[in-house]
Order: sequence, then C-alpha cells, then structure tokens
Amino acid sequence: MTTAPVLAAKNIVKHFPVRKGIFSKSNKFVRAVDGVSLEIYERENLALVGESGCGKTTLGRILCRLIEPTAGTIEYMGSPVGEWKHREFASGVQPIFQDPYSALNPRKKIRKILSKPFEIHGIRFGEDRLIELLTQVGLVPGKAFLDRHPHELSGGQRQRVVIARALALKPRLLVADEPVSGLDATVQTQILNLMRSLQNVYKTTFLVISHDITLVKTMCQRTAVMYLGKLVELGPTQTVVQNPLHPYTVSLLRSFPSGDPEKREWVDTPPIAGDVPSAIDPPSGCRFRTRCPAAKDRCALEEPVLVPCRAEHLVACSGAAS
Amino acid sequence: MLSVNDLGIHYGEGPRPVQAVDKVSFNMAEGEAIAFVGESGSGKTTVALAISNLLPAAARVIGGTITFKGKSLLGMTADELRHIRGKEIGMVFQEPSSYLNPCIKVGEQVSEAFMIHYGLSKDEAASKAEAILERVRVPDAERVYHYYPHQLSGGMAQRVGIAVALSCQPSLLLADEPTSNLDLTVQAQILNLLKTFNRELGLAILLISHDLGVVSGMADRVVIMYAGRIAEEADVHSIFKNPRHPYTQALLVASRIAQQEEGGEVQGSLPDLTNPPPGCRFSPRCPKATEQCQKEPPKVTFERGARVYCWLYG
Repeated sequence: MTTAPVLAAKNIVKHFPVRKGIFSKSNKFVRAVDGVSLEIYERENLALVGESGCGKTTLGRILCRLIEPTAGTIEYMGSPVGEWKHREFASGVQPIFQDPYSALNPRKKIRKILSKPFEIHGIRFGEDRLIELLTQVGLVPGKAFLDRHPHELSGGQRQRVVIARALALKPRLLVADEPVSGLDATVQTQILNLMRSLQNVYKTTFLVISHDITLVKTMCQRTAVMYLGKLVELGPTQTVVQNPLHPYTVSLLRSFPSGDPEKREWVDTPPIAGDVPSAIDPPSGCRFRTRCPAAKDRCALEEPVLVPCRAEHLVACSGAAS
Repeated sequence: MLSVNDLGIHYGEGPRPVQAVDKVSFNMAEGEAIAFVGESGSGKTTVALAISNLLPAAARVIGGTITFKGKSLLGMTADELRHIRGKEIGMVFQEPSSYLNPCIKVGEQVSEAFMIHYGLSKDEAASKAEAILERVRVPDAERVYHYYPHQLSGGMAQRVGIAVALSCQPSLLLADEPTSNLDLTVQAQILNLLKTFNRELGLAILLISHDLGVVSGMADRVVIMYAGRIAEEADVHSIFKNPRHPYTQALLVASRIAQQEEGGEVQGSLPDLTNPPPGCRFSPRCPKATEQCQKEPPKVTFERGARVYCWLYG
C-alpha cells in the first residue's frame, strides 16, 4: 500500500465491567474487543463481519470515537486521534446507525436534524444546501421533506435522512453499522444503490459492519472476520469468500443460506453446533476451539495471532497457517 | 389437510379499514413444507394468525373459509378450538424469549401441554418433557429443564419453543419467522431441526418468512404475497429458477440471489392498504405495468401446478 490509511487502529481493547449491584465492585469484564488492529485505506471499503456479540459494533463505535477504548491507539490521516480536535475528526469520520427509527430525534423536523452538523461545526449554510442533500439521497422534492417529522417517513426514507446527515460535512469515512438490516428487501436494494452512487459523488470510504455476506460481496473490497472480540481473518473479499482459511470463516460461509433450492447442504448438515461462548470468560487459547471441527490440543494452550498466509490475506489459526 | 378459500381480513372499523388480506386461497397437503414470502405489510403473518385463530381484536374476517382436516376453523367455539390449537396445530414465533413465560421454568412450560391435552400427572409429564427437549437437541436437557427463559441463549430458547409446539405431535406446524433474530450458524441448526421433523415424522410446515434464502433451503412450495394478495405460487425450484411475477423477480434481485440488471431497482414502497390501488396492487411500482394493470385486478393464470396473478400472463 502506498497511500497512508484514513484510519489505523492498533491493538484496540474494550472491556466493559459487569456490575452485580450498585455498591459491589466488579471484577469481571465483558471482553468485547480484545486486541484488534486494522487499517482502512482511502476509497477501499472494508467489511467487518461476524455474529452478534463478536464485538463488531463496539469496534465500529470506538473507530468513530463514540466510546473510548480501554487500550490501543487510533491514527487518523497519519496522526494520533488525540492530536486532532474532536470536531475535525468528527467531520471526517461519521457514523450511520443500524436503526433509522431510533437514530433520528422524533421531536425535531428534518430541517433541524440536517442543520445540526453545520451548526455544530460553525459552517454557513442555506436552505438550498439542505434541499441539495435531500435530493442527493433521493428524497424529492427536498423542500417538501424539510418540515416533516421523522414519524411521517417510512423506514427507508428515514435511513435516507440518516445518510444525508452523515454526508453533510463531506466525511472521508462513513462507518455504516448494519445499514439496511431492519428494512424490507426491495428497500434494502434502494439504500445500497444509493450508498454506492454517493460514494462516487463524495469520494468517501465505507466501513460496513454486517452479518450479511452477500451485501459485503457487493460493497467491499476487503473483509475482516471477527469472533469473540478478535479478528480471525482479514483479506480481499474475493479471496476470503472463495478461499476462506479460518475454520470459523468456513463455517460462517457454509451457514449462509444458499438461495438455491438445489443446494441445501447448509440446512442438511449445519457446519457447527452450539452457541458462541460468553465473552466474560472466553475459552483459553484460540477462542473458536470449543466449536472448531479441526481443534487440536495445542489450540487450548496457545493463542493464535493474525499472520499473513498469502499476499494480503491474514489468518489467526495455528492449523491454517502451517 | 388445510384448505383456505377466498380469505379476507380487515383491520380496524370505520369506512376505511386496512385491507390486510384479500381473497387468499391455498391448499396444503400432509407432510408438505410450504413457505409464505413477502415484505412487511404483505399479510403473511395475518394469514397464519387466522389459521391459528389468534387474530388480534382489531382484525375482522370479512369472508372466506379455513378448513383443517374437514372441519371449519372459523366460527369454532373456544372449547373446540382448544382441541386443535396446540394439539393438531403447533406454533413457533419470532423471538422465543417473548412468548415463553419468563416466570415459569422452561421444563414446566413444555410439560404443561402433556397435562392439558393428555391428562398426565405432573411427574409423567415431566419425563415426557425431558424426552422432547432431548429430541430438539437441547444439550443437558435434565439441567435445562429447571432453567428460566432468561437463562437461555436465543437459539436455545427457540429450541424450547419448538419443543412446546411439537409436544403433542401436531400434524401442522405454523412457523412465523422462526429464525429471524438468530445468528447465521444458529439459524442453520434450527432450520435443520425443523427440516428433520418434516422429513422423518411427516410434519407439515407452514413457514412464514421474509428471507428467500431461508425459504430456498426449507420449502417444497412457495407462495409469494404482496400487499395482502397472492402474487405467485409455484414449487420452490420454479420460483428460484423461473420466477414469473415481476414482484417475485424484484424480490430475488433485492435478496441478492438473482443478478441485478442495470436499473433493475423497484422504486417506492408498499401502497396504503386503507386505500389500495384499484388494479394490481404492485402496479404503482411495477416496471412492466400497463394501463390495464392499474385498472383491473389481475386474473389468475394456472400452469403446471403453479399460478400467477399478473396481466402479463392473462
């Protein structure tokens, strides 16, 4: 890679304390993110894939600086985030949240919601800029939407407003956490096409957090797979999907509905049994070993690290690397 | 086994009720796995609720019949219903944690059905419940019996839900989005469990889902619904290989199963069902709609056991 990454995270750790009562001191932690490093390059969309509880949403929030990590460093455009003013950083990295129903203040009109980023950052703007934003996200005529409240809009329209607000300051990076998961299928297509076309207009980069591999395949050049707070595999999406190296990635891909009634192996022989273990007390060594079909004795003893296996394809598995 | 004819259901009183289900007819044979697919507001859940007689108070059946094994389900007394619902027809819903009683041990919730429908004693019912928990592959069933629902993971709670539904060996299972909140790896496990019961015990499954991927792995036959009406019905292979209704085609593209052609995006969203379009309800969004589509509701066209409601074929 010749260009510097937009965002580079090193050894990010986030532990949430588990409280039993108000006065009891907690000595247990949910190890939501446990030592993750990754880099996001300009105009190269990165996907963060994993099941619920793997820490992908927490990591996304840390990368937007919505929560502080317990440990680890983040660099934005080559400098540590601490050296950036919070406002400068926020105008460059914007989140798009999962649920458009809770991401918009129900008491504010769309006009107010879209003005907020400009007001906070002290940027002069006119009504024409707000209408332009609404038009760009396909809410036409934009003027008609300015004085509506969020409850007057459908889920798809709300997500369009959320995207318009995130784009207002022309950010370099958009962190989109399950951007379409609550929406109907035909509306999902509309939103994804919108995101793609806006990427060309605004030249932004996306970090897409999702459990949906078909979505990731159409949007992202690189994919990172998380399991219980750790990255287990990272590489070009094509390679990760076609030649997955980590047994977890293999299982996850095999669990995915084929969409073809002639191919029913995913239902007939489910690839793995059981649930994801608790992140409070994760298994020793490799965290996937309790469900891994290829687990050996040594997997319980040594914790595999993410190492390059093929060009730009990294995997954290003692079995796959050798 | 199950026959639904011209079923119509409205929500709300007044001059403009929500026309949630309009003239829906279908048949289901013993041991068959049939899937109802549609987006939110398509009426698929309302159909399932009508079959199980669990429609909310605001809903009114305005016409049609539902016949199960020769008996009409509409207009049955509560007492007659009790012998069918839960015994002959089992039900599984989305979010098992919300329909299991949080204050009762899961084992007791499973054994309840044995006491009600078979009049077994508490101990007899308990051992039967343990056995069925093992059949739905709950690990360590003896211990899990004494758990409360909040102690279970989503996947495990759904297994318990399935155990409750199957406890009286029903011949029909209504499964409304049984895996939509579960992780992929757990979803595959739960669907495998349902498929096994379907194959090995001849349990008929009426699956309600918005996810064509899930349907591709589960169903023998597929009914596509849009805005309260059936758009198309065919065997699962035809639906995926040779979809005929433009809405089915759009849904396959939207589910990222079929390739997207240039501009093959369906605009807009579901029509207002208090005032649906007079013709085909999909016509305002349909890329192939003609003037006729906007005026007249489409007639049904039958072909080799399949049917489609679209003027392109009428």
